[in-house]
Amino acid sequence: MQSKTQITNETDAIKPPITSIGVIGWMRTNLFNGWFNSLLTIIVIYLLWKTVPPFVRWALFDSLWVSDGTACQQTDGACWSVVTANLRFIIFGFFPHDLQWRPLLAMLILIALLFYSRDRKRWKKSLGYTWVAALIIMGLLMKGGLFGLESVESSKWGGLPLTLLLSVFGLTAAYPLGVVLALGRRSRMPAIKTLCVIYIEMIRGVPLISLLFMSSVVFPLFLPEGVTVNKILRAQVAIILFTAAYVAEVVRGGLQAIPKGQYEAAEAIGLNYVQTMRLIVLPQALKIMIPPTVSVLISAFKDTSLVVIIALYDLLKTTQSVLSDPKWMGFSAEAYIFIAFVYFICCFFMSDYSRRLEKELAT
Amino acid sequence: MNLKQSNSEKISPSDDAIIEIIEMHKWFDDFHVLRDINLRVGRQERIVICGPSGSGKSTLIRCINRLEEHQRGQIIVDGVELNKDIKNIEKTRAEVGMVFQHFNLFPHLTILENLTLGPIWVRKTPKKEAEETAMYFLEKVHIAEQYLKYPGQLSGGQQQRVAIARSLCMRPNVMLFDEPTSALDPEMVKEVLDVMISLAREGMTMIVVSHEMGFARSVAHRVLFMDAGKIVEQNTPDEFFDNPQSDRTKLFLSQILH
Repeated sequence: MQSKTQITNETDAIKPPITSIGVIGWMRTNLFNGWFNSLLTIIVIYLLWKTVPPFVRWALFDSLWVSDGTACQQTDGACWSVVTANLRFIIFGFFPHDLQWRPLLAMLILIALLFYSRDRKRWKKSLGYTWVAALIIMGLLMKGGLFGLESVESSKWGGLPLTLLLSVFGLTAAYPLGVVLALGRRSRMPAIKTLCVIYIEMIRGVPLISLLFMSSVVFPLFLPEGVTVNKILRAQVAIILFTAAYVAEVVRGGLQAIPKGQYEAAEAIGLNYVQTMRLIVLPQALKIMIPPTVSVLISAFKDTSLVVIIALYDLLKTTQSVLSDPKWMGFSAEAYIFIAFVYFICCFFMSDYSRRLEKELAT
Repeated sequence: MNLKQSNSEKISPSDDAIIEIIEMHKWFDDFHVLRDINLRVGRQERIVICGPSGSGKSTLIRCINRLEEHQRGQIIVDGVELNKDIKNIEKTRAEVGMVFQHFNLFPHLTILENLTLGPIWVRKTPKKEAEETAMYFLEKVHIAEQYLKYPGQLSGGQQQRVAIARSLCMRPNVMLFDEPTSALDPEMVKEVLDVMISLAREGMTMIVVSHEMGFARSVAHRVLFMDAGKIVEQNTPDEFFDNPQSDRTKLFLSQILH
């Protein structure tokens, strides 16, 4: 074999070779290059043809949107009426019917604030105070009992407000706790380190369901007689403790990615431990661990639906109750699609936000 | 191995020592990295430490600001002995500037923020004053126009100059340099050495771990040669290079000077 080398004096930029021109070219290179890929393409087109049009017909053309249960039995299409007719119960659960404007307003405040806080330029002290004030107002709207608002027992809370309450508080409290646990696990002090390791490994070794059971069944046994702790609060604490352990491991991974030189440079200037962590290490570590943290938070959000097993009426449980009504039996697909859609919106919001944050923080 | 110390009494520019190391030993687990180190560094004295890799020269200067802990003997920096007392250590670190081989700038902060961080948080300097000081030193290392950029946007030589300015902002009494030019592309070595030479002219006390022999000749009062955790030989640069005493030094010099 002889290799031919040619020395050219051309320094002009050369365009990359054109591999595809137009739609046909694209199809040929991507869908029909070779008999195997062509076969796969044809099979996929056939499967799509078999599934998509019937689904669209079921979900849209033959569907009923506003009707009662009996009308739904007659039709072949989807019965979205199961959602529309029971919407207030699915969203608000057993919250008194006349007062349901209150959780609605509380949710609107929460969503508005979440959207407002998306922009990092607005992260100032005043925003923190706004959040505190808003949380108090939301609590007041839910609980009542002051300013002429009728009191509502927390056992009547349910549906979407409960899901949002458990997840927003769960995630915001679990995150800082997780950071502290991760720092503790890397501590040079053996006692702190051991405690953190035991905590993290114990919590991670146990399913969330068992923690929820313990919080609702076992924990009250240890309380003195007459003392009760609110059931929602107990579930909330279980979710926080559980999520924090997972966040801690993600944060630990982020901390390990920070080169030793960064610690040394910070120490060489004379920064103490807290300053080194707060100013140098955590800002860098938190940035690189945005994607895994958001995964943990999203899955924690979905895990809040497990509170059904301790008979809290979150969004999933209210929907299930509707489906056990004889009038609406047999329409579980529609109801669950709706629930899935609500969860998807929330999760999409979280992952979309994390992507924006990553872009903003990229240096 | 014989420890030679020929006519080295005249070199110390000032009698009161800013750093004093007495019979210091250090181990990494079982490995004896530093063996019986004795060193007095006078104010405004400039020392270059050289030696083969693994000889303990980096570890030695890292002990001076307690990035490494010594197990036996004493290290006294500016009258303060380094021991377990964390307050003493933090105070000493603020007085002793350190420049690393790999710069170790903070990548998430701008150049200006890299420089003002220490003064603001350790010295409690007001922000405005800290920024003025920072700009003064950036000017000095000829990089002031880049102050809003991030470290990743600068070349290696520029980053190292920023790192030097970052240390200077703390107004240190001593500057430690841990192979400051070894990670640089050859054409950037000079710009960093020039900054170090001008620093030397202003009378900064410096301890430099380096194999830049030209720099050692023109700037150092004393050259130390270390091997296997010991200070094998120390002398004035001219004597050290032209008339090395121990065989180990001769071998080392013949290898690095080709």
